[in-house]
Amino acid sequence: MYIYDDFDRTLVQERVREFGDQVNRRLSGELTEEEFKPLRLMNGVYLQLHAYMLRIAIPYGTLSSDQLRMLAHVARRYDRNYGHFTTRQNIQFNWIKLKELPDAMADLARAGLHGMQTSGNCVRNVTTDQWAGVAPDEIEDPRIWAELLRQHLTLHPEFSFLPRKFKVALTAAAHDRAAVKIHDVGLRMHRNGAGETGFEVIVGGGLGRTPFIGKTIKPFLPKRDLLSYVEAIMRTYNQYGRRDNIYKARMKILVHELGAEKFAGEVEEEWQAIKEGPLALDAAVVADIAARFRYPRYELLADNPPELARAREDNRFRLWLDNAAINHKVAGYAIVTLSLKPEGGPPGDATAAQMDAIAELADRYSHSEIRVGHEQNLALPHVAQRDLPALWRALDAIGVATPNVNLISDIIACPGLDYCSLANARSIPVAEEITRRFRDLDLARNVGPLHINISGCINACGHHHIGHIGILGVEKNGEEYYQVTLGGRADETAELGTILGPAVPYAEIADVVEGIAAAYLELRARPGELFIDTVKRVGVDPFRERVYAAR
Amino acid sequence: MTSPLQQKLKVTGPVVVTANRLGDGAVVYRAADGTWTKDLAAAAVVTTTPAALELLGVATSEKVVVVDAYVAPVELTPQRQVLPGNLRERIRSSGPTVALPGQC
Repeated sequence: MYIYDDFDRTLVQERVREFGDQVNRRLSGELTEEEFKPLRLMNGVYLQLHAYMLRIAIPYGTLSSDQLRMLAHVARRYDRNYGHFTTRQNIQFNWIKLKELPDAMADLARAGLHGMQTSGNCVRNVTTDQWAGVAPDEIEDPRIWAELLRQHLTLHPEFSFLPRKFKVALTAAAHDRAAVKIHDVGLRMHRNGAGETGFEVIVGGGLGRTPFIGKTIKPFLPKRDLLSYVEAIMRTYNQYGRRDNIYKARMKILVHELGAEKFAGEVEEEWQAIKEGPLALDAAVVADIAARFRYPRYELLADNPPELARAREDNRFRLWLDNAAINHKVAGYAIVTLSLKPEGGPPGDATAAQMDAIAELADRYSHSEIRVGHEQNLALPHVAQRDLPALWRALDAIGVATPNVNLISDIIACPGLDYCSLANARSIPVAEEITRRFRDLDLARNVGPLHINISGCINACGHHHIGHIGILGVEKNGEEYYQVTLGGRADETAELGTILGPAVPYAEIADVVEGIAAAYLELRARPGELFIDTVKRVGVDPFRERVYAAR
Repeated sequence: MTSPLQQKLKVTGPVVVTANRLGDGAVVYRAADGTWTKDLAAAAVVTTTPAALELLGVATSEKVVVVDAYVAPVELTPQRQVLPGNLRERIRSSGPTVALPGQC
């Protein structure tokens, strides 16, 4: 966990007071909606179809058990007993009342939580690997650098009115679990030949109506230069990014139109002017940030304790263990993913009761820490392997032990037309129906790792372009249709999917997904060939022929 | 579909004026008596562009009662029952089409 100091607490509390005053002035009519809207957006407050929606940042996906309890409290007291975890390590409450928002925000602030910069044309929540600090394949904890960026870019006066929103993600692991290549700035830590660590800087990634995979403009940036180089990127964007057309205002458009090389040249010129200035990182500052990340005092334990071997005799436990628990960097410990993708349920939602129960289990089994991943699941990052059987029973009892992590029913989906004022089509019922079609876990396991991403509109909050199977809801003559793409991926070899064929109506989309899965089972070279590798090998045509043959 | 707020107004059938209530965001409809109601059946239904514009103009002048007022299509049944005119409006009127978590 990161330990916030008085500066952070004061900043959040001052914002709560300021926003409370703004809400009161809006309710009294002193502020018009035109005046108030940018102020509420700066605090993560949207107006959706049925109510206001409050988005709360979970920086780098790390939550304490007390913070999760506070989220449960807000869900219970101010909302309808649940919250929705998003693809950017935020949580959203869907039924907040404007007149109660100041109280909700004051409660959240007591736990160090807020909605600042979760909306608007500013730098959004800095995200990273949900297994940061505990993943066996990482070079070092990327959250230290995420926190440095968070501090530097929070309320940064120069970057509070950017041409458009700006998203940053980091990873320090070999396998990219943070989807850094679809962010405005993606940072991948590497170790060079001299043993030094630094960042590969990737820019101009993003989805939405004009999707791009980011381009590397700096293969290896020394860590001391992180802030100055990001500052140079943002100044370049702030100067040249378009403000005349909202659809061309994201940095990805600028990078594309200028070309990555010319964009890099502009950044380099700006960077050379500032790199030796105050933004050059002092090792003591970095050490101070690092010291605020507290790690558990791990016991000296061995992997695969006897308790685990005995428990594996229970088939249900074994299925869950093999699916949801992975090795920790410390022997005798595991990282456990909690599936928020129950059969027939909305992806990424957790009830207040579940949040409270998970907080309690985090206290008991995970040193009071919870992680939030962009796949819309939670994780307990510090579980002693001997405790896994007891933890599984408790998780199973509250409905977050479905052994479908990374399988076809582990669907990423935006709220869609059931909640969102921008959506054209529903996402949640499509996801729910697909989970019902693949409720047979033998079938799901036979299909193997397969990511479905669903967006209810071209804004792509469900990241459909990078789903192994991507589903985009569109509207045709007042009816919901769904366009399907295959072969997208979000990892270190990120790619955009290829359109499979004509969009299909709502009633047929689950059939199409079943058809794609059946085609894969027929087309794969061997049982171990992953879906994504089969698509890469054979292309989309054989899938199109099989899936659309009967249409 | 484009957000109704971004559409040019061209009324070709029965419509109502709808908005979200400022204090809690609830979906409300403009009634014939000038009040706002959560009951679509009590909404004022008009069928021409001038009538819709007049209703909308009055509604949008009330800046501390509602937010984002706009004209929305409705269907009138032979029994003169007022129904939402498209899926978006059906969801606004009746809520999400899926069970809310904890109520599944």
